[in-house]
Amino acid sequence: MRRKGVNYSKYGYIFTLPFVLAFLIFSLYPILYTAVIGFTDMKGLIPKPIHILDNPFQNFKDLLFDNPSFRKSLINTGLLWITNFIPQIVLALLLTAWFTNRRLNIKGQGAFKVLLYMPNIITASTIAVLFSSLFAYPMGPVNSLFQMLGWSDAPIYFLQDKTTARGIVSFIQFWMWYGNTMIVLVAGVMGINPALFESAAIDGANAFQTFFRITLPSLRTILLYTLITSMIGGLTMFDIPQLFLAGGPDDSTLTTSMFIYGQAFKGSYMYNRAAAASMIMFIIAAVLSGILFYLMRDRDAAKLRKAQKNIYKSEKAAKAAAREV
Amino acid sequence: MEKAPRSEVVGRRISKTIIYIVCIFLAILSILPFWIMFVNATRSTPEIQSGLSLLPSTHLMSNLHVLLDKSFDPLRGFLNSFIISTSATICTVYFSSLTAYGLVAYNWKMRQPFFTFIMCVMMVPYQASAIGFYQFMYKLHWTNSFWPLILPAIAAPAVVFFMRQYLLATLSLEIVEAARVDGSGEFSTFNRIIFPLMMPAVATQAIFAFVGNWNNLFMPLILLTQKDKYTMPIMVSLLRGDIYKTEFGSIYLGLALTALPLFVVYFLLSRYIIAGVALGGVKE
Repeated sequence: MRRKGVNYSKYGYIFTLPFVLAFLIFSLYPILYTAVIGFTDMKGLIPKPIHILDNPFQNFKDLLFDNPSFRKSLINTGLLWITNFIPQIVLALLLTAWFTNRRLNIKGQGAFKVLLYMPNIITASTIAVLFSSLFAYPMGPVNSLFQMLGWSDAPIYFLQDKTTARGIVSFIQFWMWYGNTMIVLVAGVMGINPALFESAAIDGANAFQTFFRITLPSLRTILLYTLITSMIGGLTMFDIPQLFLAGGPDDSTLTTSMFIYGQAFKGSYMYNRAAAASMIMFIIAAVLSGILFYLMRDRDAAKLRKAQKNIYKSEKAAKAAAREV
Repeated sequence: MEKAPRSEVVGRRISKTIIYIVCIFLAILSILPFWIMFVNATRSTPEIQSGLSLLPSTHLMSNLHVLLDKSFDPLRGFLNSFIISTSATICTVYFSSLTAYGLVAYNWKMRQPFFTFIMCVMMVPYQASAIGFYQFMYKLHWTNSFWPLILPAIAAPAVVFFMRQYLLATLSLEIVEAARVDGSGEFSTFNRIIFPLMMPAVATQAIFAFVGNWNNLFMPLILLTQKDKYTMPIMVSLLRGDIYKTEFGSIYLGLALTALPLFVVYFLLSRYIIAGVALGGVKE
């Protein structure tokens, strides 16, 4: 009585169609369009017909070799990412080691996690403006605090100095994101098979050995995820530096995203240059992701696969030999 | 024999004390800037300039008057942000669940390549398409419209990835089979059985999508030029401008007003939000 099974596989295509359409229209087409604009002379408020430059790579060449502002923005972006990410990952790992250590049994973990994650939820633009008010000159909350504690006699003009301005932007990024990184890592540790920790304890491993030999290697996938999301986030850093100091003083907090925004939308309408800058940024993101994937690849799994292949081969050889006999 | 364990106990007590001190310091570091913001929202400009205080004052109403007298219209910004964020969130969670279900429940030829493709798309920074996107929207006369901020939310690769991991772990295809036997079509099976089953995942992703859209500055700043279309983050950027230069109390109040709803939501839902971040991090 049973009818022959209906083939449902077409629903796979139907259900993923909205995603594909939205992606093609709102992402892929604009990316290709941006790439094309990067090779043209498109500038000015009123769009002109597309005209490819005689030397198609002119915009890229100008940016990379003749535009100090763009180079500075690339360096700043890298600098700001490194100076906020290294302390962020170190502190997050430290907190993770503390919160997941059962022998220490830290109390109030839930409350700490809620509080440390809090800065991540508030609008970045609010935080940027808030910090620029906190570091106001000559009288702002931070200056008052420093004088109250006797750390400085005269008010400090934090926002006029390149180093402190960069330092504060890095600090804001760090402060907003370390709680997030920590929670992700804690969850990762909870996902590790407890038997591994038990056997380490039986073998007499101390806290350091357990952390570096068991916890860290088991967290590889999650660390890769954290690294990549943080790297893409760092490359596209926009609202904090934009609203904190609008790139100043002297372009020291100008990021690549701000450069792109400034070229295209702040009155100069240099769409071609902005598009070429976007493409350079895209290529950097792709290359860095590729490097990260390569560095963090699962060497053991690759070895295992190789070993299995060898076993399979030798089995085959054994069977063949058996047949011959 | 007794000395060794005792020194160990003492050592642990010392390290625990250090840990608590560090954690409490970090917790204060998280709260303090916001506390200063709320306190300064109630203080007058001369009071703010005379020094730091951790106790509120009485100038809330006068700050509010100054704030609203100028071009700051928090209600408008609120409403706009709310419309955009809610619609975009609904698009994101519904279509991402649908896509993920398509990936998990059906065995189709392009399934694995499509998944790899989604993983790659996840790594594209959105600025890479911003210029082309703006030009495209300009041609469609969609600048100053909310559509370009809502419709792209249908394709959210990271959410699809998360939903797929969730479905792989929880969905039993027997339910789908049973629904088929009962004569339910594939779409109504998804809408009436699978989507409700995915609620825990949908709820956490909805929170993140909402916060992400609410906080988005880059795209609205590019697309929206009319004042009555401004979103909350653009409103905040106005506070940085010249019109409020000397009105510190009002600046802080404006910031407080933009942050307050998020604080309320956060403290109501913090348990789920933390669990959601954790869930989002554990992949595979």
